Amino acid sequence: MKKPESVIIELAPRFEVGAKSALQNTQLRRNMGKATQTIRGKRAAVVDELSDWESLRVAGQHIKDDVMQHLDTYLVQLEDAITRAGGHVHWAKDAHEANEIVTHLIQATGSKEIIKVKSLTTDEIRLNEALELAGITAIETDLAELIIQLAHEKSSHILVPAIHKNRSEIRALFQKSMNLPDLTDEPKELAAAARQFLREKFMSVRVATSGANFAIAETGSVCVVESEGNGRMCLTMPDVLISVMGIEKILPRWQDLGVFMQLLPRSSTGERMNPYTSIWTGVHADDGPQEFHLVLLDNGRSDVLADSVGRQTLHCIRCSACINVCPVYERTGGHAYGSVYPGPIGAILTPQLVGTAYADSLPYASSLCGACYDVCPVRINIPEVLVHLRGKVVAEKQTQLKSWFDGENIGMKAMATTFAHRSTYELAQQAGQLAQWPFVYEGYIEHGPGPLGKWTAMRDFPAIPPQSFRDWWRERQRDE
Amino acid sequence: MSNSSRNAMLAKIRTAIMTGSRGDFHEAHTSVPYSAYDDGNVAARIELFAHRVAEYKAWVGHCTSVGIAQAVAERLMIRGKKRMVIPSDLPDSWLPKGFDFVRDSQLDRTVIAGMDGVLSGAALGIAQTGTIVLDGGAFQGRRMISLLPDYHLCIIRAQDIVGVVPEAFAQLATTRQSPMQPYTFISGPSATSDIELNRVEGVHGPRTLDVFIVE
Ligand code: SF4
Repeated sequence: MKKPESVIIELAPRFEVGAKSALQNTQLRRNMGKATQTIRGKRAAVVDELSDWESLRVAGQHIKDDVMQHLDTYLVQLEDAITRAGGHVHWAKDAHEANEIVTHLIQATGSKEIIKVKSLTTDEIRLNEALELAGITAIETDLAELIIQLAHEKSSHILVPAIHKNRSEIRALFQKSMNLPDLTDEPKELAAAARQFLREKFMSVRVATSGANFAIAETGSVCVVESEGNGRMCLTMPDVLISVMGIEKILPRWQDLGVFMQLLPRSSTGERMNPYTSIWTGVHADDGPQEFHLVLLDNGRSDVLADSVGRQTLHCIRCSACINVCPVYERTGGHAYGSVYPGPIGAILTPQLVGTAYADSLPYASSLCGACYDVCPVRINIPEVLVHLRGKVVAEKQTQLKSWFDGENIGMKAMATTFAHRSTYELAQQAGQLAQWPFVYEGYIEHGPGPLGKWTAMRDFPAIPPQSFRDWWRERQRDE
Repeated sequence: MSNSSRNAMLAKIRTAIMTGSRGDFHEAHTSVPYSAYDDGNVAARIELFAHRVAEYKAWVGHCTSVGIAQAVAERLMIRGKKRMVIPSDLPDSWLPKGFDFVRDSQLDRTVIAGMDGVLSGAALGIAQTGTIVLDGGAFQGRRMISLLPDYHLCIIRAQDIVGVVPEAFAQLATTRQSPMQPYTFISGPSATSDIELNRVEGVHGPRTLDVFIVE
């Protein structure tokens, strides 16, 4: 079993606990519903207009298959190419090592402040907190991240992290923290306020950090895909650029971008192309940062690679399409997942990165409807991985002593024995019909006794009908 | 950076590749065919490009190669821009009289940010997505000059417009230098949907984008 040293889980609230409180927040549910619906519609429209979409998905899947099968070779190739182009490559086994590397690099510049492009990978390793301990302030430059940072909150969607905030809340926040008492709640004005506020930082801060959407082994090029232009600012204006990238983000060849730069924007924001994409290779004379570092992060990824079913999880390009189609996510929002990776991808990625023992409720945060698989641009079979992980959770529980006394486990085992033989099954059914009467309400058991209690805490259980199907069938045949 | 982490990571990855292999992986280069080229005619391609760029709320116009200066003048008048930063190699023939064009020879960032706008060429365009690609090559300059000013007037030659995204990467591969140049893909003015999902044009990049296609 792995130690939870990777820091994805934030005090690990169990999914059902987080979901319950989220379901009671109607503002959140309305925003989420609107957000996911809008993005879903946009995505469907731009995907439908490409006649070769399915071929692109398969190509994306095959390229990623190839990446995983030769990951060591491609990483070394990337390192070579970047080094030749004047950049530096660092290897980090886990979050702790990555944070240490980045902290030291920043300290070497003497800077106490950095500008930051939103990146899930740096959220995963909790870079901001590590830097804070070292006395370095990280300024988030994506509008949504800025809103969240100013409000001291957590992201609720990987694409639109501030979706739980409405414009009057944003206005109040900006009025206070930017000292702009006359600000209105017009989105255009709010964006202009952020532009003004951050412009000064872009012009003066000497160090930036970013994530990376892709890195090309063949050429050593690193690619950041964005909308607002804060990415371009961070990648162009400072003297020193430090990018942190999960090892799985690599692509073998330059031309692979021709596939992924179609798959990602269309799946992600539902645009034919995102407003800005930057691709750089090491350092460029007289243009942009003259010092570039790429930190390659494992942090549990090689464990995922070693699992033949789970491996495909590493194909993920973080487009969030699966999140936007997920009926469970639409109702609970992102916070319930207790991880920087919400939705279906989070339900399979988080438990694998931190170990199922620490995130054992997440593989159950799904109805296995399969919508996520259908939209995934790299064809990750999310339901398959979910079922696989559920198996692991159960297997792990059964090896623990306490599970001998766990109601659900005893119940499931008893059920297995009972269901195995027709005679015992029928006997149990009759016994159940008699025993259930104190708990039945309008045909459902809402608060069951004993082992059933845990089950019915989350869902209603249909009561056993007065007449079973078998009884009815027998009777019917007798009547004929 | 420690070499021991590097070696430990690589060793672990190598073991993981063996244990986790299902034996049914695909070589990337045997991939299924997707559309790598468009088959449409040139006129249709250019029209599509203009249409798609305009859909991002950029303004798109056409001009001839001898009419660039006049087209630039008209546009700058309409936008009310006077002081424009330009790449050091931009041809004089593109520049109308009566405006203040400042060539970028390692200008200070505050000077660039104080300009009314930037006038530049482009490396190529992608019709399918309405994308302009800058690679720091002819008439484009450093990344900073097309980023800091609030207005970008971009001149693109019709023959540099390709049909689909894979064509763009194929084309860029043929013109790439060693060391490789930095690339910026621009599809409309900067935008965000972070405030109640309304698309708001213009956060940090140029908030206004005008494009002339030169035929
Ligand atoms: S799992 Fe697939 S659909 Fe979900 S974020 Fe990753 S790439 Fe996108």
